[in-house]
Formats: sequence, structure tokens, C-alpha cells
Amino acid sequence: MRKMKAIIGFVLITLTLSVVSCKESKTNEAADNGTAVETSEVEKESHKHSDSEMKHDKNKTANSDQKSSKAEAIISNYLKMKDALVADDEKEAAKMGAELAVSLKSLSLNEFNEAQQKELREIIESATEHAEHIAKSHMDHQREHFKGLSVDITDMIAITGTSITLYEQFCPMYDKGSAWLSVSNEVRNPYYGSKMLKCGKVQKEIY
Amino acid sequence: MKIVKILGLVLVAAFVVIQFVPTSLNQSDVISTEDFMSTYKVPQQIETILKTSCYDCHSNNTKYPWYNKIQPIAWVIEDHVKVGKEELNLSEFGSYSKRRQKSKLKSIGSQIEDGEMPLSSYALIHRDAKISEDEKRLMVEWINKIIDSL
Repeated sequence: MRKMKAIIGFVLITLTLSVVSCKESKTNEAADNGTAVETSEVEKESHKHSDSEMKHDKNKTANSDQKSSKAEAIISNYLKMKDALVADDEKEAAKMGAELAVSLKSLSLNEFNEAQQKELREIIESATEHAEHIAKSHMDHQREHFKGLSVDITDMIAITGTSITLYEQFCPMYDKGSAWLSVSNEVRNPYYGSKMLKCGKVQKEIY
Repeated sequence: MKIVKILGLVLVAAFVVIQFVPTSLNQSDVISTEDFMSTYKVPQQIETILKTSCYDCHSNNTKYPWYNKIQPIAWVIEDHVKVGKEELNLSEFGSYSKRRQKSKLKSIGSQIEDGEMPLSSYALIHRDAKISEDEKRLMVEWINKIIDSL
């Protein structure tokens, strides 16, 4: 009888322990993510002049009103992600995916009419999904989602407008033809990166 | 030696205990009007592939295997179904916006084409869920046609 009690006690303790350790491993994971973000932050510092940084400088001087400033955060994160993909930097692209998912949530819709709001809501839903996938995928997959994301962001800008001039560029090779946005009219291909850096052409200027 | 015996007993006891933890089943009698099959005109062959290879994890109706009665296997399955449905729920496909439908169709096509779906662990057990090369081609072609029509 005593042996039985001991065994039951033992089982309970093991079960409790295993529950506790499960929780712990989850926190560890979160902590790991934290450090990963920090490292890429440092890496970003050492990056060369990318066009999203140039854009950032322009932004400081631009007199953007409140309405478009939210969209500007989205565009800025999108452009940084584009630069990361141009640089074949999977980690940085993933980080920007996470940041973009956050900035997409904060777009304020009040100024737009009902039809535009509906459209924007659908765009944000879809873009967020792409951004979240980019945040947790390997580079091939990131680029697949970047294509859909580029469509969403372009459609968003068609409604919200942009305070900076953007160039829509187009690569006829990637997935039967794919577009992306850049602040520079010089082509730097985010779908192929160093493999085919200059493949593509400027398709349109967006004001 | 005694330790091994106790440990063995503990494991057996734990195994017995977890059998009593209830799991919720992903099953619904309602045939949704938002179902993929009602959203598009789906050819018979494509429907069969979708039903046997995708619907277990990507719809509101899972055909459970007998070992779903056993823990911890049931937990693993429950988790797979939950994640699968979050990503893509074919029972609610019609409620997605056109934009999202298009993007989901694209992902379905590329996942099948790359052989990433159905999951190899799933196809290993469900031999009939494995999508052959011919079926793959058929599926991808059909999906691309739908995307172009949207």
C-alpha cells in the first residue's frame, strides 16, 4: 500500500515537472527570438547605404500629414525588406516581416470612404499574412510571399498615396513576371539578389 | 535496477492517466456554403485529390484514424489540424476576400508543386494521400487556370 502511494506521488511529481519544463522551453524560445532580433539590429548598422535609408532621409524633410504617415511606416518597412532580399539577407528580411506585420495593424482607415476602407482591410489582411510568412520562412519562400506582398502594397498606395516618389520595377523571369517597388530608378532585383542583381526594368513611376 | 522498474511503472501510469484527457474532434455535419467545392466548379478528379489529401487538416471535417483514440497521438493530430485550419480552411474558402483567395490558391499550387504538402509525415501514414506526379500537374494546371480567371 505504501509502495502504491509512493508511485502515485512520483507520477504526480513527474507530471508537474514536465508541465513546468514545457513552459520553460517556451520562454527560452522567446528569449532566443529576442537575441536574434538584437543581432540583426547590429548587422543592419553595418549595412551599406541602401535606398530605404535614403528614403528615410527624405522622409524627415517631407511634410507628410498624419493620414499618410501611417502608410509611410508600412512603405518604409516594405522597402527595408526589399533591400534585405536584394542583399540575400534572410534574417533581416524575416525581421522586417515581423515589423511590417505590426505597422500594417496601425494603419488608420478613418479618412477613407467605405469602399476604400473595405479594400484596405482586405489588403491589410492579405499583406499581414504575407509578412508573417516572411517572418518565419527560408529565403525561397520569403521571395514567393514578397511577390504577393508587393501587389498588396502597390494596391494600398493606389488608395493611400505616398509622400515619396516610388518606382515600380518588373522582372519578367521570376514566376512568370513579378513586380516590386523601390525609391531608386536603378534596378536591384529582390527576387534573385546577387544571382541576377540587375535583371528587370522600371515599369512605372508612382507619386 | 529498481530505478528502472519504478521509472517503467511511472511511464505506464502516466500513459494511462493521459488517456483520460479529453480532446475535441474537428467534425461538423453542416456542409458549408462557403466550402471550396461550392465556391468553384471543381472537376471530379481535383475534388478527390483535395478530399483525400487536404481536407483532413484544412477543413472543418477530419476523417480520424483509429489511433486518434490514443494519447498522445491525438494531441499531435489535434495540433496539426488547428495549425492547418488557421493557414487554410477549405470549408470557409468562399468567405475569404478575392485577394486572399487568389493568394491562397497560389500558395496551394506552389506547396503542392514543391512537394511540401501534404506533409511527408502525414503521407507516410496515409498512403492514399500522397499526390502523384500526374496528379500534381493536373492540380497545378487547374489552380493556375482558376487564379487567371479571378
